[in-house]
Amino acid sequence: MNETTLEIPYEIPADAHNPVEPFLRMDRMPHIWCPGCGIGTTVNCFTRALLDSKADLDKVAVVSGIGCTGRVAGYARLDSFHTTHGRAIPFATGLKLSNPELQVVVYSGDGDLFAIGGNHFIHAARRNMDLKVICVNNLTYAMTGGQTAPTTPSKVISATNPYGVFEPSFNLVALAEAAGASYVARWTTYHVKQLARSMEEIFKKKGFCFIEVLSPCPTLYQRRNKMGDGLDTMKFYKEVSKVRHGARTSECELTKSGEIVVGKFVDRERPDYFELLRAQMTESLGDRYAEPEVSCSEC
Amino acid sequence: MAKGFVSITVERCKGCGFCVEFCPTHVLCLSSAFNSKGYHPPNIVSAEKCSGCDLCGMYCPDFAIFGARYAR
Repeated sequence: MNETTLEIPYEIPADAHNPVEPFLRMDRMPHIWCPGCGIGTTVNCFTRALLDSKADLDKVAVVSGIGCTGRVAGYARLDSFHTTHGRAIPFATGLKLSNPELQVVVYSGDGDLFAIGGNHFIHAARRNMDLKVICVNNLTYAMTGGQTAPTTPSKVISATNPYGVFEPSFNLVALAEAAGASYVARWTTYHVKQLARSMEEIFKKKGFCFIEVLSPCPTLYQRRNKMGDGLDTMKFYKEVSKVRHGARTSECELTKSGEIVVGKFVDRERPDYFELLRAQMTESLGDRYAEPEVSCSEC
Repeated sequence: MAKGFVSITVERCKGCGFCVEFCPTHVLCLSSAFNSKGYHPPNIVSAEKCSGCDLCGMYCPDFAIFGARYAR
């Protein structure tokens, strides 16, 4: 800190604008996320991926559940829906089934997708529904005050485990692979370019795609565990993360201060729900099977 | 002549310091001045080094900063 003014020492071209702004409801800014929270960074990557993939924005829908990350649906200037707690995937499944042209992105947190919505997640992955699931994992229930979540690593101090968490936690990437996801990747908010590229890849991929993004929660997780602020966590991610594409997901467990294995772990082809439905119905009904018509393309 | 520039919306900044830390050419530093919410926004200290890579824009969780290249 050495300057006392906030003057920008040059002219900004008049046509310059922040590339994220066209994708956000700017009347709702500033957002509610804490200083140092990484959710905004993941939104940046998401918008860059949308820009680079040249997706038709009228055909992209964002579905979120409840929680800090659940607010993304409210801030995104796309067709978006903020569902009840844990039900982002069921809603997205319905949306996709009724209008298969839509690119449905489920953008939610670890508490929403894996605690109350855990069952929905594994069954959507099993069916290989054509959904793009982005899970921002801050390793705690942030909005309700930092309680132990299914993803909280052991030895961590949380609001409900003041003497340290002793329960084993979920390894989200292994869970997604075992349940049958077509694409599984993990990045942290430090890996912005890789994350944006990964998001771009899942827009082009058919089937159930899952990206876990580790994000700092300075207010509740890092503060209780004396891990510093958001910037310290970003430096920690930079230090301990190892990119290992194709690593065995069962060996990618997260610990409190150990190595974080990031990368693209699974990229496989499996018939998705629509293909299976069509194949089965054509086999049993023959000519009597007609594709359902999508009648809401103009609305 | 710098290849690019950064633009900062001071009032939206929450002073997390991501842009200052991860700028590859060290264009920014945290200012000692406050914005109206009491945070220290970044300040441009070496504008001539900016390559316009927009990494600050990708890191900023508050959508308060972005970088771009000058049109040639």
